[in-house]
Amino acid sequence: MATKKRKKTEMFALGNEAVVEGALLAGCNFYAGYPITPSTEIAEVMSARLPRVKDGVFIQMEDEIASMGAIIGASLAGRKAMTATSGPGFSLMQENLGYACMTEVPLVLVNVMRGGPSTGLPTSPAQGDVQQARWGRHGDHPIIVLSASDVQECLEMTVVAFNFAEKYRTPVILLLDEITAHTREKISIPGSEDFEILSRVTPSMPPEWYVSYEETMRGVPALPPLGSGYRFHVTGLTHDQNGFPTSKPDEVKALMHRQFRKIDQFFYDIQLVDEVNCNDAEVVVVAYGCVARSAELAVHMARERGVKAGLLKLKTLFPFPKTAVQALARQCKALVVPEMNMGQISREVKRVNNGLTHVITNNRVDGQIITPSEIFKNIMQA
Amino acid sequence: MAQVTQLIHDYLRHNKKFPHVYCAGCGHGIVLGSLIRSVHSLGYAKDDIVLVAGIGCSGRMAVYVDFNTVHTTHGRALTFATGIKMANPNLKVIVVMGDGDAMSIGGNHLIHAARRNIGLTTLVLNNNIYGMTGGQYSPTSPEGTVSATSPFGQLERSFDIVDMAMASGASYVARGTVLHATMLDGLISDALEKPGFNLVEILTPCHTQYGRKNKFKTVVDMYQWYKKNTMKLDRYRQLKPEEQAGFTPIGVFRDEMRPGLEVRYEELRNKLQEQR
Amino acid sequence: MPKQHELNRFEIRLSGTGGQGILTLGKIMGQVLAIDHGFNVTQTQSYGPEARGGASRADLVISSQRISYPKPVNLDMLVALSQEACNLYFRNLKPSGFLLVDTTLVTQTPSNIYWGLPFTSMARDKIGLPQTMNIICLGALSHFLPFMNFSNVKKALAGVLPAKILEINVKALTLGYSQAKKLYPDAPEKWTFSSLMTMESEQ
Repeated sequence: MATKKRKKTEMFALGNEAVVEGALLAGCNFYAGYPITPSTEIAEVMSARLPRVKDGVFIQMEDEIASMGAIIGASLAGRKAMTATSGPGFSLMQENLGYACMTEVPLVLVNVMRGGPSTGLPTSPAQGDVQQARWGRHGDHPIIVLSASDVQECLEMTVVAFNFAEKYRTPVILLLDEITAHTREKISIPGSEDFEILSRVTPSMPPEWYVSYEETMRGVPALPPLGSGYRFHVTGLTHDQNGFPTSKPDEVKALMHRQFRKIDQFFYDIQLVDEVNCNDAEVVVVAYGCVARSAELAVHMARERGVKAGLLKLKTLFPFPKTAVQALARQCKALVVPEMNMGQISREVKRVNNGLTHVITNNRVDGQIITPSEIFKNIMQA
Repeated sequence: MAQVTQLIHDYLRHNKKFPHVYCAGCGHGIVLGSLIRSVHSLGYAKDDIVLVAGIGCSGRMAVYVDFNTVHTTHGRALTFATGIKMANPNLKVIVVMGDGDAMSIGGNHLIHAARRNIGLTTLVLNNNIYGMTGGQYSPTSPEGTVSATSPFGQLERSFDIVDMAMASGASYVARGTVLHATMLDGLISDALEKPGFNLVEILTPCHTQYGRKNKFKTVVDMYQWYKKNTMKLDRYRQLKPEEQAGFTPIGVFRDEMRPGLEVRYEELRNKLQEQR
Repeated sequence: MPKQHELNRFEIRLSGTGGQGILTLGKIMGQVLAIDHGFNVTQTQSYGPEARGGASRADLVISSQRISYPKPVNLDMLVALSQEACNLYFRNLKPSGFLLVDTTLVTQTPSNIYWGLPFTSMARDKIGLPQTMNIICLGALSHFLPFMNFSNVKKALAGVLPAKILEINVKALTLGYSQAKKLYPDAPEKWTFSSLMTMESEQ
């Protein structure tokens, strides 16, 4: 019995397996997906776990388009739903993901980034989907994009992803990379008292008073599950407060502005970062995903040699943590931005830096992780 | 007439989105009427019905009826519906699609929904054309169809929706037309009561985009065509193959009482959870 | 929880050919060291089609402190279960590191200083089941690595293997351990667990 209890709180798990643990802790009870390397373990573990969860459903769909459709449907029916995919599948999901943005359907999408474009490097890590995660859908819209750099964080950020999805009624993308997803590490599974689980607000007024896309202070309308007596219309067409199609400029504007406002005004809640040795740092590395781990070692190496280096680890990628980056940009003589793409976050860093300090990019696109010594060299030269 | 008015008041969002988008002579309104009569005769509660529609003229049906309505993306209605049904098997999920929706962009979803026998009632409104985008040929346009994108007549063979659904494993398959409205009421009510994936193809005229360019002078000619060229399935099956040419059979093609995926999954879940 | 050894990034690579059970070996070892010995462990591995027949590899970084960079930088130990793997990865071994080879399959070692046991022929001849080769190797490692306790490994095996094949694997584990102990009784004392890190030959 004692061993069983210990196993429940501690586990040697893959990043992908930790995502499942996090999702189940957050109350996920619906998964639809399509097999794709390197995200497949998430589906495999879900298929074994969900039928053992109360009302849990796992379904393997015919493609990623269908997977996204199914989780939107399930979420509208009141479920906490998620899917997981990689590169090509992520591209296929964009159309329906845009629908989820437009109709404000809470859901979680885990994208384990691999080398691209196209089939690319299926078993190698990359961070090339960062801007696609932000802007992959057509049209203007807000979205929350999170990231995790180790296995414990895979669990924690999955919980955060579900909480943000439910709280802000929005799709949330969790961007992992092949290394984080396929590294095994010891994780501790928190007890239910150790963290908060949020669920969407459902209407409490009589059905005839319910306004499905009502303008409110928080900007997040209540969402009842389908079939609960609140009959309303959901459409990907631009809609008025009642959910019916409209093209009246003032109604269109109100919808768009509210959708942006509901995310933007809560930036302090959403923009998550970790700072390591940043207090007195003269050179700050801004990193995310597996590269943040290389950066952490590089910062320690630099400190051993007397260079005041620090790490700003981005856990939220979008909305971009402007406040945290700007504060450090004002204090340090250089920001080093290592990433496994040609500069997708560094362009955000440069945008918010806006001339405050020197920004050094460190890019690698050969399917290999950026090593600590590469970052170390950049810190030393800064 | 008073009875019909009462039904309109009960089932349509009349104060919200009328007049509707359908052209004069369009058959989509007849399908809508038939659906409402079927739902009414079966006594379903409006709260328990989810109407999921795709994109196109048929997709607009979702906005008019006072059910839970989800107007999805083009071709993907079945995927949303699959999620809804798996999430809450107690809901009656009805999917309305057009021929372009169901057979072209959503063809993959249709064959897989049929294969996994998910408990949905699917109405495919087949008017042989992409109406809303201005009359381009669809995968069900007969060979030779003149359309906005086949000005010289299209060269491709067309899909038979019923054959496709049967081959993919749907447990209930039927075909009707908007001319045979009473029969259509029967088919839709029948389908709604069946377990598993059931599909009703409904032939419905689009005179604006299809008829005018393909030798149907008026919309009445199109209804006349349905009258002359469709045949009840039992009679059709008695004919020799050479006599069948030129006729489209209507009726119930398959009626197997097989449980839907959502039921089978619930059984699996119960079994696993009892083991613990 | 026994944790006599203070480790600072001890890096070990298990390498060979797909089908030898290297990924399973890496996973079990990681599990034992992380859960039963209380170390921090990161385990990464080669994925994809090469895991079935081509080169196969599992890496572990073991530390008493938090592990930042999850991949090996300089190997403290290389386990090579094929000649090809031995040739390929020997250069990643640090000068003070140790090489362990399967002498059935690795006939030319790049250095005269190595530990060797005929894992493949032991599995075939002494256990009678070639698939137990990786577990024999695990048994031997629980002798070579002073921070990995044999009885803990044995206990953990019951948790990760199905009951049907447990008995024969415990036999294999014990064989590997006792043979290693017999041939290299002093091996566990040879380690110098340095905390200095050189960053010359990373991968």
